[in-house]
Amino acid sequence: MTAPIFEAKQVSFSYEAIPALRDLSLSMEAGRSLALVGANGSGKSTLLRLLDALCFPSSGSISFSGNPLTPERLRADGYDLWFRRRVALLFQNPDVQLFNPTVFDEVAFGPLQLGWASTEVIARVNSMLETMDISHLRDRAPYRLSAGEKKRVALASVIVLDPEVLLLDEPTSMLDPRSQSQLIDLVQNWKGTSKTVITSTHQLEIVEDIAERVVVLEQGSVAADGTPSEILSNGELLLRANLVHAHRHKHGDMVHSHPHLHSHARHEH
Amino acid sequence: MRRHDTIAATLLSLTHAFGTALVSEQVARRPGLLQAFDPRVRVIGLFALVLAVILSHRISVIVALFVVAVLLAVLSQVNLKSLAIRVWLMVLLFTSVIALPSVFLTPGDPIVTFPAGALHITAQGVTTAVLLITRVETATPWMQILKALRAFRIPQEVVMMLAMTHRYIFLLAETAAQMFESRQSRTVGVIAHSAARHMTTRTGGVLLSKSVELSNDVFLAMQSRGFRGDAKTLSEFRMRSLDYIGLLSFLLVGVVAVWVGRA
Repeated sequence: MTAPIFEAKQVSFSYEAIPALRDLSLSMEAGRSLALVGANGSGKSTLLRLLDALCFPSSGSISFSGNPLTPERLRADGYDLWFRRRVALLFQNPDVQLFNPTVFDEVAFGPLQLGWASTEVIARVNSMLETMDISHLRDRAPYRLSAGEKKRVALASVIVLDPEVLLLDEPTSMLDPRSQSQLIDLVQNWKGTSKTVITSTHQLEIVEDIAERVVVLEQGSVAADGTPSEILSNGELLLRANLVHAHRHKHGDMVHSHPHLHSHARHEH
Repeated sequence: MRRHDTIAATLLSLTHAFGTALVSEQVARRPGLLQAFDPRVRVIGLFALVLAVILSHRISVIVALFVVAVLLAVLSQVNLKSLAIRVWLMVLLFTSVIALPSVFLTPGDPIVTFPAGALHITAQGVTTAVLLITRVETATPWMQILKALRAFRIPQEVVMMLAMTHRYIFLLAETAAQMFESRQSRTVGVIAHSAARHMTTRTGGVLLSKSVELSNDVFLAMQSRGFRGDAKTLSEFRMRSLDYIGLLSFLLVGVVAVWVGRA
């Protein structure tokens, strides 16, 4: 059995008086891919921020590789650098992540902060721009790119760090079908390596492609935990968690309804 | 045009202006005289010229410095037409408004007296206004200043703050414009001025909340990628003989201008 890379125990978190996570417990194994699914406001983004030690539980605890993630621990000499080298987060809104004057500077920002040598930064950033097929955007200002291009640049800016754990917050939102497909291929390439990928999404159609395990969040708590096939075949659960909607249609004179799931992203021929 | 339309139109224009005002990165990559200099030389040169304009008391010297700036722009492949529209015209309009009262308020020898007798245009007042306008026109900073500041050992936090302010002003102006457009698309008929004012105030409040949220998220995104208060950047700048020649030229022009333009 692989040791947990993240372990959350009875975690609660509130934004002022509004609870986002309630008594959530979850253990994640290293080198595995996990999808956090849930409707808007179910606590997915908050959980990812807690896992990235950007905020801390109001009660309960989270540990990374057996080390508790607390503000004091993060402040301890060298620990934050050690942690940031291992864990990277892609934010849902790329505008939050793109604050440098050029795409090159943007992708180079993380490696520079983590103390890489300048020559290594230049080589790795150039290679990453090619891998992500954004070399032509190298000297462009990130804020002037299309939504899809912004997302790719934001993704490049975290993947370039080559982290052990990649946290992706709604990575396919704002992407056209082809870019979605490319991103899924990228995550699939990471599967089976020693990397851990935790992806939050409410797009059920991509879950089987990006994750071996699915955790359903509902109102800040774990509603279900299982393999993609177990979760996706549980229509009642998906309907309750607001991940599918009841689709009503007529067969002759008879009207009937059933849970309805759209799937478009991977239908390219 | 209704007042709220005017506000929306202003925001749209601002969004466009911010967008075009930040094309300096493209200009900076073109081959040209200023681009050939080390960024630190550009910053020192800029400050030397600005200082010379500030210390000069002769319009002829300020105009000469303006000509030097225009020549530098031409030799650096800066599009003069676009620079004139985006920078000089706007600065001219704003500074004219600011300078206008000095035409009437500066004491001195009247050259025009209005019939009521209370208002005079004085020679000294006109000179002050022209000096102010010419100074600001000439002293408009070069748009590529941020990158040069970074190389000039200005504290990185300050440069990053400036860069981010530029970047997020654009984003917030765009958001504000979208909010006005969205409201306009759901508005039928003419809205009373008082109601439009209330709506504008509310929109301003929402925008302020959004900007606070955005700045928090940006900080978290920076932290997530290892930012610990001292931003590290790539610095590849090296002083060569050409840079020393440029530096001396800028300083020489500045010193000569101050000497000739003294009172």
